[in-house]
Amino acid sequence: MAKRKERIDRGIKVRSEDIFALTSWREMLYLAAPRVVPVLALFLLGLVATPYWERVLITTCMFALLAISWDLLNSAGMVSLGQALFFGVGAYIAGTLNHYLGLPPALTIPIATVGGGALCTLALLPVLRLRGIYFAMVTLILPLMIERVIEATKIFGGTEGISGLSTMGSVHLEFLVAAVLVFVALFGFRRMMGTDYGLLLKGISDNDRAVMSAGMNIYVYKAQALFMAASVGSFAGAFMTHAYQFVGMPVFALDYSIIPIASVAVGGMGTLAGPMLGSFILVPLSELLRGLGGLRVVIYAVILVVCTVGLPEGIFHYLARKYNQFERWVGVER
Amino acid sequence: MKQEVILEAQGLSRYFGGVKAVDGVSFSLRRNEVLGVIGPNGSGKTTLANLLTGFVKPSKGRVIFEGKDITGMPPYKVADLGIARSFQMVKPFYQLAAFKNLNVALLSPRVRRLAGGRFGDRDAVAKDLLEEVGFERDSWVINHQAASLPHGYLKRLELAKCMALQPEIIVLDELFSGLSLAEVASLVPVIEKLVHQGKTLVMIEHRLKELFRIADRVIVLNFGQKIAEGQPDQVMEDPQVKGAYLGSEAEE
Repeated sequence: MAKRKERIDRGIKVRSEDIFALTSWREMLYLAAPRVVPVLALFLLGLVATPYWERVLITTCMFALLAISWDLLNSAGMVSLGQALFFGVGAYIAGTLNHYLGLPPALTIPIATVGGGALCTLALLPVLRLRGIYFAMVTLILPLMIERVIEATKIFGGTEGISGLSTMGSVHLEFLVAAVLVFVALFGFRRMMGTDYGLLLKGISDNDRAVMSAGMNIYVYKAQALFMAASVGSFAGAFMTHAYQFVGMPVFALDYSIIPIASVAVGGMGTLAGPMLGSFILVPLSELLRGLGGLRVVIYAVILVVCTVGLPEGIFHYLARKYNQFERWVGVER
Repeated sequence: MKQEVILEAQGLSRYFGGVKAVDGVSFSLRRNEVLGVIGPNGSGKTTLANLLTGFVKPSKGRVIFEGKDITGMPPYKVADLGIARSFQMVKPFYQLAAFKNLNVALLSPRVRRLAGGRFGDRDAVAKDLLEEVGFERDSWVINHQAASLPHGYLKRLELAKCMALQPEIIVLDELFSGLSLAEVASLVPVIEKLVHQGKTLVMIEHRLKELFRIADRVIVLNFGQKIAEGQPDQVMEDPQVKGAYLGSEAEE
């Protein structure tokens, strides 16, 4: 019997990106591997990591959440330069609730997640009409402004911040919660972007006027997307507050805005998985380079530039394309 | 049937700084007629379309739709009431497949209301609509990303997006511009069918010959003002209109 090569994904993808026809366990494996392997890999890493690296993994998960939140916002047509706003608001809500009211992390984190999302949405509601760079400028300025307000008015501990906050218990527990939630966010939002709701969000990012002329109030959808993204960011802030047992002005620092965007640039935007992958490269890398002292930032920057110039589409898009091009031999009847 | 006024513009004006883009334009649109809006470049045709559909708020004047004042309503409410529009500069959703472009309109509250609260199989409805405007149903075109479609298809997609909303009135802003004669010829029956279905059309056009085949009535704008109104052939006899056009466009 003659044989020819055939792409594996051809037979599996029936109609669109999310409807599949599986005829064997091999095909199932082909589909499941890219989703299951990263999950297993992260939990295995958590098992074998030293306490120091386990903490790094937790931080990485939080940056991954910020990057996912950025990508989600971008998918709805809002470019943010201020993930630090979401992160900082969540951090301060959790910190103050814990310090002044004595609420445990099991309460402060959920309250900060929802409350931070709502607060940030309210704060940005007036500028929801702005598009592109104008919206971005406002998000860039707000966290820096809040930082100065805290410094000037000395509220919530002023420049000292609030220390001695409750922990969540063991580092293992923290890691488990962080790792589970980062995947819940990733797969949950990816699922959402595949539904009709996601279709509308993509439509808004493509052309908001056309969505309006289809009789839809885009500001409602933009506010909802903003709330979701801000909640994710606030969760990360609240979580880190309890992990560090400290909250202070640095939570509004530029790092929390820039690293998520760098992760998106390295990983590839629009997929949610790309930004997460980007974070899992950049954040541990920055820890690895810590031994290099002063040259650390330079090397870090060079790696960033090489990544973005060499693979402008992003590592995730590149890997996905290569994975879809895998071929197998199939028999051909003559 | 053709006497009932569905849309009325009363002294519509829009000033951009000192520029009077549209200046005191009044007309009434009767149900199920095709009204042509013509005029030289910069005469305010597109601004008029923006005023009617809420994308631009009038400086003066009112828009009355089915007896209701819709002046200053946001675009999505105007569309929800049943005034759809196409854009001169095509505005497809570039990331989405061609038929998914229509799904956005099919998800609107208006379509759901008209369908009695259920959406039905939107993909199938979208594909039917695309076939109606001349997409080849069984070819790749329907599934392909809008970004990769040629201009002619994007124009038809604009029309299909309007139709998906099941509107009362469709405002078509230069639907024929940039299309070949053959493409225009294939769209004329689609528009005639819409009229047959009882839709009311406002067609802003530069392609006068094609427009005059379809239009019942024409209004002519020049420097934002209405200078003539009437049957297509009568209007072109008007000395003011001749003066405004004088040359290439009139002889197209």
